[in-house]
Amino acid sequence: MLDPVIQTKRLTRYFGQNGVVRDLDLRVPPGQVTALLGLNGAGKTTTIRIIMGLLRPTRGRCEVFGQDSGQLSPDARMRIGYMVEGHFLYPGMRVRDCAKFQRAGYSRWDDAQFDQIVAHFGIAQSTYVAHLSRGQRAGVSLALVLAPDPELLVLDDPALGLDPVSRRALNETLVEFAAGGQRTVLLSSHLLDDVERIADRVMVMIDGRLQVDTTLDDFRSRVSGYVVDSESVDTDRVAAIPGLVEARQLGSRLHLTVADADEETLAAVERLNASSVETIELPFTDSVLAWLSRSREQQSFISRTKTGETA
Amino acid sequence: MRIQVTTGSSIPIYRQVVDQIRHAVASGKLAVGEPLLSVRALATELVLNPNTIAKAYSALVRDGVLESQQGRGYFVAARREIYTRREKQRRLEEVMDPFLAEALTLGFDAEQIMTEVQKRLEKLSPSTD
Repeated sequence: MLDPVIQTKRLTRYFGQNGVVRDLDLRVPPGQVTALLGLNGAGKTTTIRIIMGLLRPTRGRCEVFGQDSGQLSPDARMRIGYMVEGHFLYPGMRVRDCAKFQRAGYSRWDDAQFDQIVAHFGIAQSTYVAHLSRGQRAGVSLALVLAPDPELLVLDDPALGLDPVSRRALNETLVEFAAGGQRTVLLSSHLLDDVERIADRVMVMIDGRLQVDTTLDDFRSRVSGYVVDSESVDTDRVAAIPGLVEARQLGSRLHLTVADADEETLAAVERLNASSVETIELPFTDSVLAWLSRSREQQSFISRTKTGETA
Repeated sequence: MRIQVTTGSSIPIYRQVVDQIRHAVASGKLAVGEPLLSVRALATELVLNPNTIAKAYSALVRDGVLESQQGRGYFVAARREIYTRREKQRRLEEVMDPFLAEALTLGFDAEQIMTEVQKRLEKLSPSTD
């Protein structure tokens, strides 16, 4: 197996008493697009900031290109493109000034690449940043990050607040960037549809811990769904199903989402004595949602939300 | 042909691509020997991870729908007998059983089912030219 581009070992970060990232062991393999998913506050941005060497871990290690991320050489930094959350640019600059300003920090800079991405987002080079829309700011940020032709691209929620057209332009640019299979992308996102389109791998963080780190296909195949007629079902028995991720009441039926289902899982589902049990294939988005909802309901492991009562 | 992909579906994206190309070949929309877009070009067009397209193409090559020519890309393959007759029969039954079960549950009788199948077949069969 190829050396990972990013690797953490028991990475932990506290802010005061608050463990935001806890015992994280993650590997980002080269040449792939990895999506980091999690609810707000799950620790995604903190993890990314440690990877970029902007925060020191409280404990544990984080390596990028095999170097300690806190002490990356300028040469290694040059190989990383990093886009912070919020697409920050100086409002008083014109788009072309942003490029001039940024390129001063790099030994490699591809003007054609910058111009092409900016054009792809439909932006004129003479526009002041203050007059750009959110989506256009994202486009300029992306162009600035890609012009030095990085090997590793780290994007913190790049699609946040983008209109559909800019989102599409962002996805197109990312697909194009990753197409050769030589370059690595790590991005955090809440947009599961986009992740399904462009990612090879998915990581799910819940309360600072890594719960899932695998390929999209594997993730799909490891999550299975059952629909059981629930009038007769005993809640304790539901809670006892091995690998249960989520149980949701929809009308008179109970939808169960289970990770790594095996014979014991099936046996446990059958022990519910429901009048009917149906196996369903879950969309990727539903599988992720099931994982994320679970973390929202720490007190009651099983949600018995009735249809229509959910917000 | 135009491939359309839906996210959030219970059918994985690569299988949607496989199904649509298979359908286009079966219905004659894609003729034998016709070239397909390169993995990269189709990935760009559909805004999909290129590995997803590569996976779809290699599944189609494995099933004998496409062939890959070194350095030239992917083409619609001449129909070959890659399965034994028994295997073909098994595969047909595999897709037929759920179809029949659904049709019968919906209350169609045998004759109606035959008529519907006939209609679909006529629609599918490539225009003879």
